[in-house]
Formats: sequence, C-alpha cells, structure tokens
Amino acid sequence: MTELVDAVRSARRVVAVGAGTKPRLAQVPAEFRRISTAKLSGIVDYEPSEFTFTALAGTPLREIAAEVAQRGQYLPFDPVLTDAGATLGGTVAAGLSGPGRFRFGGLRDFILGVRFVDGSGRLLRLGGRVVKNAAGFDVPKFFVGAAGRFGVMAELTFKVFPRPAGLRTLRLDAQDGAAQVRMLQEAANTRWEIDALEAALEESAIWIRLGGAPVALDALTAEIAARWPARTLGEAEAATFWSELAGFRWAHADGTLAKVAMAPAQVGAFRAAVRAVPGARGWVSNGGNTGYVSLPAGAALPALTWPAVTLRGTGPLWSGPTRRFDVMRAVKAALDPENRFPNLDD
Amino acid sequence: MDTLTSASPSAAVVRRLTALLPPGRVLAGPAQLAAYESDGLTAFQATPLAVVVPETADDVIAVVRFCHAEKLPFVARGSGTSLSGGSTPIAGGIVITLNRLNRILRLDPAERVAVVEPGVINLAVTAAAQPYGLHYAPDPSSQSICTIGGNVAFNAGGAHCLKYGMTSNHVLGVKAVLATGEVVEFGGPSREQTGPDWTGLFVGNEGLFGIALEVTLQLLPRAEMFHTVLAGYRTLEQAGDAVAAVVASGLLPGAIEIMDALALQAASAAVHADYPPGCEAVLIVELEGPREVVAADRVRLDAILAASKPVEVRPARDAAERLAIWKGRKSAFSAVGRLSPDFIVQDGVVPRRRLGEALRKISAWSKEMNVRCANVFHAGDGNLHPLILYDGREAGALERAEALAGRILRLCIEMGGSITGEHGVGMEKREYLPEMFSPDEIDCLKRLRAAFDPLGIANPGKMFPVAGAPALAQHGLHPLEQAGVISRE
Ligand SMILES: Cc1cc2nc3c(=O)[nH]c(=O)nc-3n(C[C@H](O)[C@H](O)[C@H](O)COP(=O)(O)OP(=O)(O)OC[C@H]3O[C@@H](n4cnc5c(N)ncnc54)[C@H](O)[C@@H]3O)c2cc1C
Repeated sequence: MTELVDAVRSARRVVAVGAGTKPRLAQVPAEFRRISTAKLSGIVDYEPSEFTFTALAGTPLREIAAEVAQRGQYLPFDPVLTDAGATLGGTVAAGLSGPGRFRFGGLRDFILGVRFVDGSGRLLRLGGRVVKNAAGFDVPKFFVGAAGRFGVMAELTFKVFPRPAGLRTLRLDAQDGAAQVRMLQEAANTRWEIDALEAALEESAIWIRLGGAPVALDALTAEIAARWPARTLGEAEAATFWSELAGFRWAHADGTLAKVAMAPAQVGAFRAAVRAVPGARGWVSNGGNTGYVSLPAGAALPALTWPAVTLRGTGPLWSGPTRRFDVMRAVKAALDPENRFPNLDD
Repeated sequence: MDTLTSASPSAAVVRRLTALLPPGRVLAGPAQLAAYESDGLTAFQATPLAVVVPETADDVIAVVRFCHAEKLPFVARGSGTSLSGGSTPIAGGIVITLNRLNRILRLDPAERVAVVEPGVINLAVTAAAQPYGLHYAPDPSSQSICTIGGNVAFNAGGAHCLKYGMTSNHVLGVKAVLATGEVVEFGGPSREQTGPDWTGLFVGNEGLFGIALEVTLQLLPRAEMFHTVLAGYRTLEQAGDAVAAVVASGLLPGAIEIMDALALQAASAAVHADYPPGCEAVLIVELEGPREVVAADRVRLDAILAASKPVEVRPARDAAERLAIWKGRKSAFSAVGRLSPDFIVQDGVVPRRRLGEALRKISAWSKEMNVRCANVFHAGDGNLHPLILYDGREAGALERAEALAGRILRLCIEMGGSITGEHGVGMEKREYLPEMFSPDEIDCLKRLRAAFDPLGIANPGKMFPVAGAPALAQHGLHPLEQAGVISRE
C-alpha cells in the first residue's frame, strides 16, 4: 500500500494497469508512469456468511471466482475475460459485467467499497464493508467504468451470492431480426426469472440461461420449449459456450472491441450499424441492453448513436453521444486536483 | 432571521422569487411555513424564509438558479418522511417541495422502464406497472407516501434489499438541476452504461448535489409465487442462528426479518397479530420466484427451520396469511412507537454473523441504562433498527436514550459495519460520520460536494458535522403514522 502511495506521489502523471486484457483503458501518452497492480494481489478477507469479500485490486478474477466457488458462492455480475487473467481492479475500471448481469444487476450493483489513492496521493477508503451502507456519497459505484481517471484502486469490497444449484442453457431460433427483438423483450417479461439472455447478430439466435434447483429447471425448460422452438444444450456444450462468450472468442483476436449501452428495442438498429462496417462482427448481451462490436485490426469504430467504450484496439476510449457537463470537470478536479490521472477525454 | 417587514432584505428576496413564478407558487405566511418546519425526525425544526411549490421542471430550474444567484440555501422536499432530518428546512432558506411534479412521464412495459418526475410516490410506480405484470422493487415501509426523489436522495432500502438491492440498483438515469444551476443528464434507459457511473454517484447524495427532475427506473417482472414463513424462538440468539443457517444453506430469500419480544407485544396489541406464545423472537423468511423454484427451495427451507430449534413454524398458507405476516411486521415500528411518548430510531448495520452479539449488547445496555429498546430489523442485511423509547417530559430521559443510541452507533462502527443502512446520515448522524471516515476521507467527500455545489447552498448542515451543532433526537410518531397512513421499518 505504501509503495502504491509513493508510486502515485512520485510521478507527475499516472495510470494504473492490471493484466492488460482491456488495453485501450491504459493506452495513454508516454509521459504517464504505468503502475502495475500485479503485486497488489490477494483476497484480504472473505466472509461467506456475510456474502462479502475484500480483495486487492490486482487480484485475478479467476482466483476470486475459485475461492468463492469453494463455498458455493459466485460473482453474480458474471465477470468476463476471467480466463485471460483479468484483475478485479481492471474489471471495475472497465465497468464490465457478463451475461449473468441480466438477473441481479451488473458490477455496479455488487461493489460495496473501494480503497484508492486519489490524485493528491492520499489513501482513502469509501463505501463500506457490509452489504448495506448509506453513509457518505457512493464513490465505489463512481469508480465503475471510470478507467482510472479519478484514482488508483488498491482494494475493493464486493457482495457475492449463493450459486444456483443448477444451470440450464437453451438455444432458441428466431425467424428474423424483428422476431429476435420481440423474443428478447418477451422472455424478459416472464415468470421464469431468467439468469442470462443473449443474442447473436450474425444469426437470429437467442440463448437463455436459467438458474435454480434442477427439478424446477426441467419444468421451466419445457415451458420455454413449448413457447418457442428451442434446444437445450448439454452440460459440457453449455459450459464451453459461456466460457467462450466470457472470453470474447467470437471477436477478432487482434482487432478493436467496444462495448455499447443500448436498449432492447434498438437491437435491430445496432445490427444494421454493425453490418454497415465491412468485416465487423457483433454480439448482444444482457437482454439487449449491452452490445459488443468487434472490428478487424486497424479498423476504428464507426460513429454510433449509442455511448460506447473501446476495450482494445484503436479509436477514442469513450465515443458516441457521451454527454459532457461542467460538473464532470469539477468532479475530476476534486479527486485529482493536480491532474495526475488521464483526462476524461483521453 | 429578520422579520418579514416589507422593507427587509428577506422580504425583497421573497418578492423577487414570487415574481419569477406563476402566482400562488411561493408560500411565505407563518401558518403556511409551519407545515414544513420538520420532517420525520420531528425534533429538528427550522423556519424557512419561503416554501416554493413548483409545478414544472422549468420552475424548479428557475428557482435553483435564483438561489444560486442570491446565494440562498435551499432544501428539496418530497414527502418529508426522512427519519434523519434530511428534509428539515434551513432557517432563512428556501424549501422546494416537489409533490406537484408527480407525473409518470413514460412507462414502457416492453423495455421494462419508467421515467418519472421526482414527486411521484414510490408505490405509484408499482401501481402503474402492475397491469403489465411488472413492479418497482425497492419497497421502503413508507412506500405509500414517500417520493422517488426522496428515495433517490437517500438511496432508500426496504424489506427486499437482500435479493434486489437498494434504490441505486434500480435507477438507470437521472436528469437533475445542480446547485450551480447546471442541468445534467446522467445515464439513460439502458441497463448498461459506459464511462464513470455518474448516476451511481448522484443517488444517495442526500440532497447535497442538486434536485432530481426526472428519474429513469428499471421495472422487474413480479415474482410468480411467494412462500412466507414465520418461526418463533425462545431466544433472539436462536433466531439469529437460524438466519445464519438459512444464509449458509445457499438459499437466496427475498427477505429475512426479525422482531423481538417488545416488538411482538406491540404488534399484537396494534394489529392483533398472532404470534407463537413464549417467544422472545420471531423470524420471517420469504422465498419468491417461479413456482417450481419456490417449491424446490421451500423443502430446503423447511428442513433448515425445523432443525433450528423453533418453538413453532408457521408457513403462510395463502395470500391472506402472507399479508397478515407482513402487516404485523410492517406495523411493528409504529406499534412500538405507540408504547412510548417519544423514541429514537437508528438504522446501523453490523456484519450478519455478529447480529447475535450486537443484540445481546444492546439488550444488556438497555437494562443497565434503564432505557427500553425494541428491535425489528432486516436480519438478512445485518441492518438493525433499534427503537429506543423514552419520555421527553422525564428529566434526563432524552439524554439516556441518546447515550444508548450513540453506543449502538459506535458498536456498528467497531464491528466494521455502518452508521446507516438506508435512512441516510442527515442531521441526526452527522456527528458520527467522522467515526466512520478519516479526516482525509471526509475531505474527499466534501470536495465532491463542492464540485456539485461550490456555494454550499444545497441542503447545507446535513451529512457533514457542524461545529457546535446541538444533538437532537426523534420525538414520537410521524404525523402520518399517527394517522395510520404509513408505518416504518
Ligand atoms: C414510517 C416510516 C417508515 C420508513 N421506512 C423506511 C424504509 O423501510 N426504508 C428506508 O430506506 N427509509 C424508510 N423511511 C425513511 C424515508 O421514508 C425515506 O428516506 C424516503 O426515501 C424519504 O422520501 P421523502 O419523499 O419523504 O423525502 P423527504 O423526506 O422529503 O426528503 C429526503 C431527502 O431527499 C431530498 N430530496 C427530496 N426530493 C429530492 C429531489 N427531487 N432531488 C434531490 N433531493 C431530494 C431532501 O432534501 C432530503 O434530504 C421511513 C420513514 C417513515 C416515516
């Protein structure tokens, strides 16, 4: 910790880097000192009975997921790029959640506390270490998706949930894009309490994941299959499907990858926008609220009507209709008066 | 404060303010102001210079810009049900009441999103969503009266936070006028976002950043089935152990609540709730979800409860019995309040595994200090709600009650918890903030506040400690509770 504070204090400009699985976040000019969180690794405290853990920012998610799994728990925001080595801090900075965010919410809904070094080199702890806390402003949430623009995270506290006893994955085929959107919306409004709801862009398929007691899942699966043509994936097939998805295996390995925030009704427009770019691929996550675009190496993101964040590759970090207000500069100056961290527009 | 003679500077301010808005929107008569002198924490009272009753977002923006230009403090007010003095006026400042901004601007069932004005009542959102099989999850016990604006400012909770989280987890976007007069829009209709979570930072600001004008909320499908169980225990500790066992089992109930003996006694008297005799504590656990899932989970729950040494376990057999269980639970607070002329309510949080220890200490202190204290709380979240009874007419009683409240708050901090789970810091707990956060951390929070409100005109005197501020406490029931309109958790 003191090393981290010293490192922040001793450099004019600083950016934190984790495992580099979302390299665009830390793609800043050479004048920046890059502080690696690799050594800031380890679970500090895990209380299964509290549904909470605290871990250092550089802790690989893989390690956390394995540890909580031993006690039958999981990270309900369903982190991505876990196999690639993504760290907890990097995932917070990127604001990335996986398909499972559909059910209980994203990373922002499970972060409870943050310990960070601000731009003045002070080590601060805000938020709390218990599942419920309303004291002080919600700074932990504010760090989600902030790409290290306000401080270097040292330690994070999260809420976890008990893992559902069983999982089932179904693949549904829609007739066309319009039917796909309708199915996304309708499936989200059922009694089924769907765990994940994903859609492909290249084909009109939808994937539904259910979680709960296995006997209950048999009945729900049958009901879904009676409503729409569906195929239940075998256990191994399903595991591969979700892990490949979490690894963005469908995307160009060395290209540009961006996340888009949209609404389910806009999936059709999103498809059209992706198709308009030669070689582009896309994926729809989170019931149609999250889109991903992947472009071949060297290609930059086209102008989109949705706010986007580029995770790797070229182009601006944040693009689309991201609104800028005076207060944003004021908040940046409040947490980082000497402008040590990258700017909001870097 | 100077009296409002027509030549006084204050009178001139009120005249200018009145001129800004259509007629009848500014109240400045003593009788009119009296209704706004306090909130749910009735011990705090202050007389504002004027109360403004805007009808449109543009009115609100104009008033905030006026306050900014005049360096005039203002307090946004929803229904005034804050239990921490959050909506108490600033003496000589402006109260901006938002009750008339009560339109649901958009409700999109296909996208499961509602955009509402800040004065919309919490329960009205669910009522509007109900025909589509949807609901708005956060359910504070004041939900039939409190506003979405107040919920957003306090990040309000409820009985179902364990599974669904607080208000913040359901707010997708906010349009607000900041104390600087700047109008901002954070977030949007998507359940995803990019960039820093400005919406998340805004929710829970306790009215210190500005005024929310439009709030985008996510709606969820209503659970198909509930399974609600009431279990009675000889001791509070056994009830606490049962909570631990349920949590350890891997079940994720929608709610886990506990009521202690005094609360049970009060609820029985108030709403004729019927509890197993000879119990020092009652536990309520509610499962919810698709019927097949609930059916499978209830087998496990039944087994866990049967093994937890209960005096009796009573599952609700139908919707009416479920409602009766919740009625007893939700009325408990007000019912306890009726046992005593005055009370203080706290909402500190402790780690769940230390609930038993915390309750034992509270009970020992209560005996030792000769102050009665009832406990009705969100056990699943470790969120205590000790209700400390006293009679303000008795010399030294308030001081003893406050001393107990202070010990409980410090206990929560010592145990690594929080001084507030859902009622906010407000005026009531502002002196305790420095016990939870270091001077540097408080400085950071203050800097954030100053970024949104450099003049410090939005709800000043709340959240942060004020030098020489008097300690005050809650007296009696909220007027609406007295009238039986609402009850508290
Ligand atoms: C009987 C009873 C039961 C309760 N039960 C619960 C419970 O279960 N859970 C819980 O969390 N709370 C509970 N509360 C506390 C209270 O109801 C909540 O804090 C609620 O969110 C306040 O809403 P309100 O509309 O009354 O806001 P007010 O009391 O009017 O205001 C609360 C705060 O919000 C600010 N504010 C109001 N509107 C706006 C706006 N548009 N923009 C910015 N700031 C604004 C005010 O300035 C103030 O700081 C209870 C209170 C009572 C009296």
